[in-house]
Amino acid sequence: MDDSLRIGSYAFHSRLMVGTGKYENFNVMKDAIAASGAQVVTVAVRRVNLDNPDEESLLDHLDGDKVTILPNTAGCASVDEAVRVAHVAKAAGLSDLVKLEVINDSETLLPDVVATIEATKILVNDGFTVMPYTSGDPVIAGKLIDAGAASVMPFASPIGSGQGFIDFSFIRLMVKRFGGVVPIVVDAGLGVPSDAAQAMELGADAVLVNTAIARAKDPVAMARGFKLGVEAGRLGFLAGRIPRVDYARPSSPGEGVIK
Amino acid sequence: MEITILVNGAERRTEDGITVGRFLERLGVRRQTAVVEHNRRILKKDDYDSVTLKERDELELVRFVGGG
Repeated sequence: MDDSLRIGSYAFHSRLMVGTGKYENFNVMKDAIAASGAQVVTVAVRRVNLDNPDEESLLDHLDGDKVTILPNTAGCASVDEAVRVAHVAKAAGLSDLVKLEVINDSETLLPDVVATIEATKILVNDGFTVMPYTSGDPVIAGKLIDAGAASVMPFASPIGSGQGFIDFSFIRLMVKRFGGVVPIVVDAGLGVPSDAAQAMELGADAVLVNTAIARAKDPVAMARGFKLGVEAGRLGFLAGRIPRVDYARPSSPGEGVIK
Repeated sequence: MEITILVNGAERRTEDGITVGRFLERLGVRRQTAVVEHNRRILKKDDYDSVTLKERDELELVRFVGGG
C-alpha cells in the first residue's frame, strides 16, 4: 500500500522530519539525520558571519539527493520579515518549501497566528509551498488552509520544551476536521519517541523534531527511537484502535472453566 | 574614490563601482553558499559580476544554518 506523505507537489515515505539546530557538531547531525530516516530537514536563514566567512557550510553536510531542505523563517517577528526571509531562502534554489514561523514573544515562542495567516496568503501567491507553524486551534488551521497552506504544523507544547502533549484533544479535533485535506505535522515540544507515536496514533500525518534529538545524550540513538516511534504510531493509527470502554472485558472465554 | 556601504547592518568602506562579485571575494565569502540581497532585491548569481556598488548601498549576505 502506498502510504506516502504528500505536501504540495512533494511526496515522502518518511513521516519524521528533523531539524538541524543545536547539534554539537556536523558529524553528529549527519549521523542522527541518517538514523532518523528523515527526508525533510529544516534549516534556518542567517547573515553570513563576516568575521569568519569561510566557516563550514551546513549545506556541505546535507545530502541533497536524500533529503529535501525545508528552510524556516525562525527569528522573524513580522509578516514583512518572514516574507523577506522566505524569498531569500528560495533564491538559494533548493526548493519552494518554507516552514513559516512568525513569532514575537520570546518567552513562549508561541506563533503570532494573525501575522502567520497574512504571510501565508502572500507567500502562496508568490508561488511557495507554505507549511505554517501554528497553534492547536482548529479555527486558525482552517484559516491557514483557506489561505492556501500546504500543511499545518501545530505545536504539541512550546518549542524546545520537551513536554510532549500538554493537551492532545486539539489534535484530535484538527484531525477530525482536516485529516485528508492537508497534512497535519505536529511540530515542537516533543520530548521522547512515545510523544511522536502518540501524535501519529491520533492521526497526525507527520512530526517534526529538533531539540529532543539534537540535545539527547545520544542523538543518533534518539533519532532512531523517533523513527520507530513515528512508524509505530502510524501503524497504530492505520490499523484502527479498539474503542475505549469504561469496564473490563475478559480476553479469555467465560465458558468451560473447570469448576 | 571610497564609498561607505552597509553590509549585514554594519558600515564598510570600499571603492566606488566595485562589482558585487569582487566585493564578496574581498570579504572571503563564497558565492556558492551565500544569497545576496542588494538594496532589498535578491541578486541572481549571474549578476554578481555586473552589478556595481555605490555610496549608501545595502547588502545582506545570508546563508543556511542549523535550525528547527
